[in-house]
Amino acid sequence: MAEVPILDTGKCNGCGLCAGVCHLNVLAIVDKIVIIVETVECDWCTDCEAVCPTGAISCPFEIVLQEP
Amino acid sequence: MAVQLELLKRILYFSNLNLAELESVIKVVSEKTADRAEMISLEGESAENLCFVASGVVKVFKTSAEGKEQILSIVRPGESFNDIPIFDGGPNPVSVQAMSPVLLYKIKKNDMEAILRNHPQIALNVIQVLARRVRDLVSLVENLSFRHVISRVAKILLEHIGGEMDRKPRLTQQEMAAMAGTVREVVGRSLKALEEEGAIKLDRHRIIITDKEALTKIMEVSS
Repeated sequence: MAEVPILDTGKCNGCGLCAGVCHLNVLAIVDKIVIIVETVECDWCTDCEAVCPTGAISCPFEIVLQEP
Repeated sequence: MAVQLELLKRILYFSNLNLAELESVIKVVSEKTADRAEMISLEGESAENLCFVASGVVKVFKTSAEGKEQILSIVRPGESFNDIPIFDGGPNPVSVQAMSPVLLYKIKKNDMEAILRNHPQIALNVIQVLARRVRDLVSLVENLSFRHVISRVAKILLEHIGGEMDRKPRLTQQEMAAMAGTVREVVGRSLKALEEEGAIKLDRHRIIITDKEALTKIMEVSS
């Protein structure tokens, strides 16, 4: 399954700014809470994390060494 | 579409106003919509309207001669942009672009001047908003010693390399910014710069260190 942003629904206020900025429609607001649309592949632009006013979305990076 | 009183009340400039004051503001407000990625204002152009975000998000940024973008702020519902050219009459020092579909409320420069003269509470609100913005910009200037930051970000990446046998926690850009003593936007630029220098590759949720030696040299550079 594709990696998707991590959602803290306890912090989500349903403002929908994240869904609005997502150019791939990975996120949606349902019943005033953000959800991931599982079938769409996220490109990790992190715009959703940047615009969220409550810190409910995080896009952590895994740091790895390239294999020779 | 009629300008909505409820949306207008959420605008910081118009907070703590009575109904009569709000209704006098509504008379001079017009609406504009913009699609995602649409350019709303361009750096260097004159501005005719003070703008407020009613819904959606816009970004305020400057572009360097080399085409690099520095985001100065993200403007969310209730907040304004084009304040500087409207209040000082000069060209716009920044560009503004919609990050999502947006609904904007606009007030012409002359109408805004009349509002400020007739409603002291609005003038006080404007002063408070602009003072907070100056404070944020001072903080950004402090953090924009770019060469320091790129070295610190390189160090953070080298210290957090994970692997099959050695699982390290993943890091958000905000966490890297806190470690590096900077802001999220500068970390984002640093990562892009490191990728351009060939030291790393950004692959969705992974930062792949492609040239550890080069990254180590960048880490060791002092300003």
